[in-house]
Amino acid sequence: MAQTIYQSFGYVIPETVLSIFFILTLLTALIKKGRSRHLPAYIALAGFVVAGVFVLEQAGVDQLIFNGMYAVDPFSWFFKIIFLVTGILIVVFSMQSRELAEGSTKYSEYYSLIISLTIGAFFMAGASNLLMMYLSLELVSISSYILSGFTKENPRANEASLKYVIYGAFSSGLMLYGISILYGLTGSLNFYALNQVFASGTAPQITVLVAIVLMLVGLGYKISAVPFHFWTPDVYEGAPVTVTAFLSVTSKAAGFALLIRFFKIGFIDVAAQPAVAGMWEIFRGLNWTDIIAVLSVLTMTVGNLVALWQTNIKRLLAYSSIAHAGYILMGFVTLTDQGISAMLMYFVAYLLMNLGAFYIVMLVANKYHTEDIDGYAGLGYRSPYAAFALAVFLFSLTGIPPTFGFIGKLYLFAALIKTNYIWLAIVGVLNSVVSLYYYAKVVKSMYLDLPKEETKVEFDFGTNLMMTILMVPNLALMLYFTPILSWAEQSVRMFGLH
Amino acid sequence: MQYQFLGIGYLTWITFLPVLGMAVVLLIPKGNSNAMKWTALAVTVLQLVVAGLIWINFKSALTGINDPSGFQFIEKTKWIDLPGVAWFGHVSINYYLGIDGLSLPMIVLTALISFVGVIASWNINKSHKGYFALYLLLDTGMMGVFVALDMFLFYVFWEIMLLPMYFLIGIWGGPRREYAAIKFFLYTLLGSVLILLVMLALYFSVSVKDPATGQMMHTFDMLAMMNPQNYDPNSLLGGIGTYWRYVAFIALFIGFAIKVPIFPFHTWLPDAHVEAPTAISVILAGVLLKMGTYGLLRISFPIFPDAMLKFAFPLAILGFINIVYGALCAMAQTDFKKIIAYSSISHMGVVLLGIAALNSQGMAGGVFQMFNHGVVTAMLFLIVGVIYDRAHTRGVNDFGGLANQMPVYTGIMTVAFFAAIGLPGLNEFVSELFSYLGAFAAFRWVAIFSSIGIVLTAGYMLWTLQRVFLGQLPDKWKGLPDVNGRELVALVPLMVVVIVLGVFPSIMLHPMNATLNHLVNFVHSFGAGMTAAK
Repeated sequence: MAQTIYQSFGYVIPETVLSIFFILTLLTALIKKGRSRHLPAYIALAGFVVAGVFVLEQAGVDQLIFNGMYAVDPFSWFFKIIFLVTGILIVVFSMQSRELAEGSTKYSEYYSLIISLTIGAFFMAGASNLLMMYLSLELVSISSYILSGFTKENPRANEASLKYVIYGAFSSGLMLYGISILYGLTGSLNFYALNQVFASGTAPQITVLVAIVLMLVGLGYKISAVPFHFWTPDVYEGAPVTVTAFLSVTSKAAGFALLIRFFKIGFIDVAAQPAVAGMWEIFRGLNWTDIIAVLSVLTMTVGNLVALWQTNIKRLLAYSSIAHAGYILMGFVTLTDQGISAMLMYFVAYLLMNLGAFYIVMLVANKYHTEDIDGYAGLGYRSPYAAFALAVFLFSLTGIPPTFGFIGKLYLFAALIKTNYIWLAIVGVLNSVVSLYYYAKVVKSMYLDLPKEETKVEFDFGTNLMMTILMVPNLALMLYFTPILSWAEQSVRMFGLH
Repeated sequence: MQYQFLGIGYLTWITFLPVLGMAVVLLIPKGNSNAMKWTALAVTVLQLVVAGLIWINFKSALTGINDPSGFQFIEKTKWIDLPGVAWFGHVSINYYLGIDGLSLPMIVLTALISFVGVIASWNINKSHKGYFALYLLLDTGMMGVFVALDMFLFYVFWEIMLLPMYFLIGIWGGPRREYAAIKFFLYTLLGSVLILLVMLALYFSVSVKDPATGQMMHTFDMLAMMNPQNYDPNSLLGGIGTYWRYVAFIALFIGFAIKVPIFPFHTWLPDAHVEAPTAISVILAGVLLKMGTYGLLRISFPIFPDAMLKFAFPLAILGFINIVYGALCAMAQTDFKKIIAYSSISHMGVVLLGIAALNSQGMAGGVFQMFNHGVVTAMLFLIVGVIYDRAHTRGVNDFGGLANQMPVYTGIMTVAFFAAIGLPGLNEFVSELFSYLGAFAAFRWVAIFSSIGIVLTAGYMLWTLQRVFLGQLPDKWKGLPDVNGRELVALVPLMVVVIVLGVFPSIMLHPMNATLNHLVNFVHSFGAGMTAAK
């Protein structure tokens, strides 16, 4: 026992590194109190980079450690890289944020919370045990409650934080109830053990269904699926832009990672696995995929329709991110490896385009002091490069060539067509047509409306470089997406499957 | 390989020359708008030269459509190639270009209209850099659609046009430009996502042998999709005349119908045409509408011939509705540009009628009409542009007696109007004649009723001519100058084409002939349930 635990430590070096840097970042508050804004940021960056080196060393590792608590496999590896890239970008964004600079002096706490949220996301991506699942989820949640209310002088941020806590507490309570039912049914917290009990068919089906629904509440809250999405617009609007961007990618991706792993390992008939290569047998008699299909349709439709009426760009992007959760869920409905790899590909696209969009929103808020879409009038003439970049990100979010968002959508729809979910594919494409309207509304404001003032607002070299770094992959990966595709295909592997 | 310049094939040149031009335009310092104009002009002239070279070297006897050896100027290289893991399969997308007698007229048309469009853009008065960069990107998208033989590539080109078009209408358009631009964007995107779904369904239904490894793999190759033997027996679109094949055909049809536009998907057209600047109206009517019918002929007809045979009659009916409804709407308008816009709907109906007939005459007439309408309607929009630039109004009732004031202009305009009416000796006469002949053989009564359209066209065209050019000249237009040199440069080449093709239609009909006959035979033989013989 002690031996296995000791060996397991060899596989959690990235998490350990992040924890050490979490403490270091926090300590800077004691050394240079409120003086240096950027010191904790640099330490956090260093933490992400060092952790990144250790994560890269774990390529191809396929291990279950700490007695089945935590899986280190290609699937979690994929998400860890997503989290690290997001973390690095968010730290860079935060260093430029005017809102944060004016709002608070507690930079050390801010950056350390970003690290702690990332640690939680790491554990969520690998959790293979209900207890681990709950703990990691809470680590992410608690970090995000504080982060979303970080600019505490801003009443909207306070409101956001409070709403987030209440919704979060409620849904994690329900999820805990689901966990307790599962434990009662099976006598185990381990995903693999759950699977064995379900495969034997002894568990009463209606109880399992109730447990699944309760688990979906908790996970659905994390990925902001309708009808568990009510916190999203308020939190995204109230929180500082950098935090919003962070939540919209890391927290959501971690939720999806957990969702996929929990259902794939817990509720798939492993015995039937070799018979149909890549296809999963649905748990006998319970069509719980239909629940997810309905959830997906609701999520994207509500997200898109409500987004049509938004006038605040952060709210607009909040609803858009809800809609995107719906698109990503479509890949999950198919229950095929192809569907999952399409989801993974979509995460790469989503990271690039969503963070890019939020970055420009932050820059515009810095310089133009506005978050209203009307405030973007004539941006194409006043800050041509930033406006062009935002247009690229928005069209990528819509999913039209020549952007990587198109490839992401293409693969999701391909997975649906392949498995004959044609009705869902049709709902999906119609939704993306609807989404064009509100994304184009921002573009219209930038290019078709005339600026209120003529003065040009230029950004410095570093900022332009950052925009370019985010924009180029959005365009280049459309022309050549082979590496991402093959990476996503490799990363479908989870421990114990295949 | 033959037909290369600097080691790159003609088709790549003709497609990507505008992108090169776009890069140059973007590098030109701001304010130097003349350099931008001349760059765009030079690029389109070069493109026209390449199109001419392609036409000269084109071998008319080769067929194309479903036969890889019948295509010319072929370029095929791997674009996305992923051996794949066991459960996913091989992913392979090719950069596959080639032309046959169906694409040739469209390539020539695109090059010609793009060139004319640049000249018509000469008096654009704001943001030249953005305008010409987007214009050239649009040019690449259009050209790409007509040369792509890989469906994925086709789709990418098809979609790439949307963005520039949205901005070109939205920024440089008329008073209601925002509404028109987003309406155009939403309609066409709706159409394209349907095409996307069908494309994916086809992809998963068709397997071919990978030449390298001998394994079966899915493909986006359009030609492979035309061979019934390549369909997996249990796939969604496998078999002949199955339910899903009809669904896919209809989805694809809606996608293309929005672009044509076919009634009832036509409502974006009057808005977009009226609000767009002159050059963009010219491009829209001259080239973009043809993409819809080109898509039908290139993809819907040979890939779903079984469904096509079944839907030929409804398609002819839609053609009839387009002809008569478009003409009636045109008659009711008082805005010069709207008249031309609705006349486009009417004339595209003739194309539909011809191709729905599925016989040699109808097919030749339909495709020739695509070309002719492109030229004539481009002329008509230029003519509207000329008068709008001078008078800043387009109301036909505001004018009168311009014939004396602007004699050269009136002369050119008369040629265009009579071509649109279908006067013998001008190009549209030939194509309309063939279309109606073909339709008469296939659907006699539809053709007879559609011919009402000819009368109606003559009605609104002559009535417009009378209101604008005959009668008393109002005093306020006494100072209007006649067409200037720049406008003549745009109009005269088109006029020459109109007359030359009216007198010697065979120079265009001849290269199309083998391909179109092959298409007709192919649709009939495969569609009737037999395996298509090469």
